[in-house]
This record gives sequence, C-alpha cells and structure tokens, in this order.
Amino acid sequence: MTSTEIKETLDRQFPGSVIENIDLAENQLELKPDQWLEIATFLKNEPGLSFDQLECVTGIDTGEDGPLQSRYNFHSMEHRHKIEVVISLDRNNPKVASIEQVWRVGDWFERETYDMFGIIYEGHRDLRRILCPEDWEGWPLRKDYEAQETYHGIVVPKIKEEEWE
Amino acid sequence: MGVVQGDQMVLNIGPQHPSTHGVLRLQVRTDGEIVSEIKPYIGYLHRCFEKHSENVTYEQVIPFTDRCDYVASMNNNFGYVVTMEELMEIKVPDRVEYIRVIMAELNRIASHLLALGTYGLDVGAFTPFLYMFRDRERILDIFELTCGARLLYNYMWVGGVSHDLPKDFERICIGFLDYFEPKIKEYNDLLTHNKIFLERTADVGVLPPDVAINFGVSGPNLRGSGVNWDVRKDEPYSIYDRFEFEIPLGEGEFGTVGDSFDRYWVRVCEMKESIKIIRQAIKDLPDGDVFQTIPKKIRPPKGSIYRRTESPRGDLGYYIISDGSPIPYRVKMRSPAFTALSSLGEIAQGWMLSDVIAILGSLDIVLGEIDR
Amino acid sequence: MGVLEHKFQDNVVVASMDKLIGWARSTSPWFFQFGLACCAIEMMATAASRHDLMRIGMIPRSSPRQADVMIVAGTVTMKMALRVKKLYEQMADPKYVISMGSCATSGGPYWQHGYHVLKGVDIVVPVDVYVPGCPPRPEALIEGLLKLQEKIQAERPLTRKSV
Repeated sequence: MTSTEIKETLDRQFPGSVIENIDLAENQLELKPDQWLEIATFLKNEPGLSFDQLECVTGIDTGEDGPLQSRYNFHSMEHRHKIEVVISLDRNNPKVASIEQVWRVGDWFERETYDMFGIIYEGHRDLRRILCPEDWEGWPLRKDYEAQETYHGIVVPKIKEEEWE
Repeated sequence: MGVVQGDQMVLNIGPQHPSTHGVLRLQVRTDGEIVSEIKPYIGYLHRCFEKHSENVTYEQVIPFTDRCDYVASMNNNFGYVVTMEELMEIKVPDRVEYIRVIMAELNRIASHLLALGTYGLDVGAFTPFLYMFRDRERILDIFELTCGARLLYNYMWVGGVSHDLPKDFERICIGFLDYFEPKIKEYNDLLTHNKIFLERTADVGVLPPDVAINFGVSGPNLRGSGVNWDVRKDEPYSIYDRFEFEIPLGEGEFGTVGDSFDRYWVRVCEMKESIKIIRQAIKDLPDGDVFQTIPKKIRPPKGSIYRRTESPRGDLGYYIISDGSPIPYRVKMRSPAFTALSSLGEIAQGWMLSDVIAILGSLDIVLGEIDR
Repeated sequence: MGVLEHKFQDNVVVASMDKLIGWARSTSPWFFQFGLACCAIEMMATAASRHDLMRIGMIPRSSPRQADVMIVAGTVTMKMALRVKKLYEQMADPKYVISMGSCATSGGPYWQHGYHVLKGVDIVVPVDVYVPGCPPRPEALIEGLLKLQEKIQAERPLTRKSV
C-alpha cells in the first residue's frame, strides 16, 4: 500500500484522527493522540496493513514553546510498506497511550523517550528511566535542558558553550 | 494445585562482570539455579551521543557514530553517510561505493570474529578467542593501512571517503581473504563441532520468529530464528544490489531453530558471504575520484529521514532531522543491540543461570551502542 | 652491596628486601579486567595473540580482590563512577590505577556536551599512569604498563618514610 492509501484507510476507520500537516513528508502522517492505542492495534492486526515491525520510536522537541513529538516508524515485512506516525503532545503535559503491549519492542523505546524527553506513556507497565540513573534530574534532550550541578557529590563541570560560526 | 517453589533469590550480575560484554547489569531472580525473572539495567555507558549531535556540525557527528558501536565503526559510519546522502540527494562516485562496501564487509568479518571469540570465552573455551583475535588483527592492519586507525576510523565522510585506497590494496586484501577463508574450517574444528560447545548452545535459549519480530530483534539474531530478512537484500542501499550473496538462516542443525547455536552459526556463515562480496567488489573496483564535490559546510534541506542499514548486529537506523542549518536538529540512532537485549528477559526465562550467559553471548551485544 | 658481591656461590643473590619486593611486585602486576567502552576492545587486543600481555607478567583477573592494577579502559559515566570507586575500594593494597584513553583521562570527545560523562576518572580514584589516545594503540598501553612497572620498582615499601 502506498502512504496515501494507508492514510485513507485510517481516515475511514477512525474518522477525524488524521491531522493534515503540510510540513510533513509524503510518508509521514500526523495523528491525534486520543485514539492512538486503538489505531496502533489496528495498524498491526488489519490484514491489509499488518505492520509487524516497529522500527523506531523517536522523541522530538520542536523548540521553545512548541509541542513535543513522539514519532513511530512502522514497517510491514509482509507487504513491504512503511509509514511514519507523528503525534504532537502538549509540552507541559506530554501524555500519550503506550503501545508497549502491541509491539513488545516499544517497551524499551518508550522508556528511552521518557528518559530523554519526559513523555509519559500511559499504560506502560514499567515506565522508569533507562539510560540515566533513576535519580537524575531533568529531561536531557529537551532543548531547554541544563545539566545538574552535582550528582552524588561529583561536580558536573560546566564548560562554556563555544559559538559555531 | 500450586507449584512448589523454593526460596527465591535475587542475584546481581554486573556492571563489572567478565561475561556481560561491557557494563551491563542484570538483576536475576533465581529459584535455585533456575532463572525465573531477569531484568537488564543499562545506561552505564550513556555518553550522550544524541545530545552531542545536536551541538556539532553534520561532519562532526561521524566520529561520534564511530564510538557508538566501537566493534563495527565502519558500518556505523556507513549507515550515517548513507542516510545523509539520501537526505541531501547526492550521488557519490562509483569508486567510493565500492570502497565503502569493501570496508564495511571487512569490518563485519572483524566484528563477527570478536563476537564468536568472546562467545567461546563465555561458554568456557579460551583458545578460539586467541585464534580469532590473531586473524582480526590482520583485518585491523588493512584498516590501518587505509586510514591510519585501528579501531575508530572516521573513514567514510558525507560525499566520499577520507583517503583513497593505498597502493597495492587489492593484492593485500585478496591475500588476506586467501589466508582467511581456510581458517573458518579451523574455527569449526576448534569450536563449532566441539561436543561441550554444542551441549552448551544447542537447544538453549530458543527465540521463536514471531517473538523475535515482536521484540524488534534484527540481523543475525533474527536470521538465526529462520526469518529471511537482511536489509542489504530487502531494502538495498549503496550498491549491495550488484553483488551475489546468500542469506544464511538458522536451520536448527543440532537443536531447535532459533537456539543459541543457530545465532552463532549464522555469524560463521555470514563471514563466508562477506568474503564473497569483498571478492566481487575488488574484481569490479573502478578507478576515479574518492570524493564528490560538495560544499564545505553541509546544509541539508529542511526535512527528516529515517534510513536503516545492516550492521553486523542488525538493523542500524538513523533518524535525522534537518532545519536547514549546518547543525543537525536531531539525530536519533536506532541501535540493533538495544532491541536484541530487550528480548533477553523473554528468552532467558526458565533457563539455568549459566545458560543465561550463553544466551547473552549469542545475542552479541555492544554496550556502546545500547547506551549511546 | 659492593662488599658482599662475589663472596658467595653463583646461585646466591644479595639484595635489599625493598628491592626484592619491588622486583616481585613490578614483574607480576595482575590487572583487573575492567572494560568500559571502546578502549576495552584495545585492551582485549593487547591481552590477546599478537601483543600478548602475559609475557610481561600481566594476567587478566575478573575479580577486584585478586588484582593489583585497575586499567580504567573507557568512558566513565556518572552512573558508573560510583561503581568504579567501589571496585577500587575492593582491591587489596598495594593497588594501582591506569587511566587508559582520553575519555578516562579527561572526558575525551565527550568533554563538552556530555552531561552524563565524568570528566576524568581521577575525580573518583587516584591515577598512577595516564595513557593518551582515542583509543590508545596496544603498544601505547604496553608502554604505560612498563612505566607503571618502573614506578612500582622504585617504591621502597619497607623503608620508613621521613616525615
């Protein structure tokens, strides 16, 4: 299936869930966060789509007051088609349904995105920090992140930002 | 009727442990010797790759990709530059493509040699490790001749490679392949068909294909489960569609399909296939430039791209977002070992503690890539 | 020892206890197999076939209790730093630390934006020898180990230190 056909299928099944966004590329589609779990289950189980591989989950901070995004790359080994799903979330309350039980690989991917961006995946059975220590402060990959001063008595030295010309 | 349970014990393996392949910590809940639950803790080598990428220029990201998967740096460079070139829509000279394929496949052999050698160590065979390191050193010599570094090469650049091949490279490389090819039989005699090795690996830690796909396991681990999936064949990048090679699959020769032995065996067979590819590439190696003229400061057009390539550990993906400036907006690396390790809790359940080490070794993880 | 030289039969050696202990310690510094990152691969290569560390008396041990030298091979992160300290404390005296590679020495390529990287292992444990390089070649590591042997040899464990 081409990306347009996938988009149409989703729009038919879940009316109003696909958001038109001209900034996105052809193989990307933006969804509302509300029905995400149902849509994800549909993406996997619908025979015509059967996206059995969740390739990657990426978190993105779109800038100062912009939303956080959670992006998912899907691939179907059976039909050899791909799609990328973009879900925008409110910066101050980034919550989206977890798809960890649909694709088990989502477990660690979501934990990583939570660790780096603070996006809360609701329904995740074990949402803890994965790379940083449990008692780490802040969300490192957000654009406004500032590293903490000390960690367990070890000083984190601040090095002045050099300007790239 | 309830199951009779002994007293459960929580055991901590790592982060410093000789068979965790780096700084991995496993929290194992055991019932006697039987593992009932296993929880990997990672992040002891989290070096902020993605944060660095957002602060340096596109070219400067390449040395950091080296350090992510330090056992197969060439393949990591390769994945990044292929993704960048796709984003920028540039075509590199043919010679560059051939050089890249030769280097990537040589590094695949080196990486598999390390994986197999340390796997031998994990299950108690010390000698194969020395044999495989002996041959791995020869590959490193070839790399050293080409780009001056032994381990972290920074060899592939966007639009080309950093140095042309040295004089006489073809002869040296063919010489190595002629030397190396019979050695695979030696490894088989030494390790593969060893009774103890078979007892330790065959039928241990079976990873069924559907579970493997669900957990995003890729590369030799997925092929060990009998799934015919190789990015080089199925989504060809660079010039892999010009070569003839087979995809070795796990067949359950000594046990069940998808056991630790199959994952090991796929790696052994892949080395033979890599030799085939290198021979073909050297035969057709064209003359020409090794660098496509591109502006000194790379400014890709606005947009995002996700591209995956086949590293020795599986699907290595890069997600790059460009905002039109010389500094990437976001670079995300989808690491194959990360997903492979996440499946450990599933496949190691119910096995003996010593088998957990055998299963972990067969997954061939590199912590640098998992933690990034 | 001028007076005592050649006074005895051929198989008698005269030395001070200090020198003897220094000799024994310096020629068999068992090292702690403690790979953290990229440098660990080079450390393995140093211990394996071609470079063969055992010829200078170095045997890899996987327990800190049995080791004399800790080779910190690779990037030390914040999460790992506390463990490194603990492992160092578990080693029996006399103990030595080699910082292998620029990451362990100063944070290496990660010195600027690595929020989670410890900028030098000497913040948590005392270091005897620094080996530069990213990663150091096996020859460089061997050089560092020989330097450490010199250092151990020069120690006078029994001589009371003047205050």
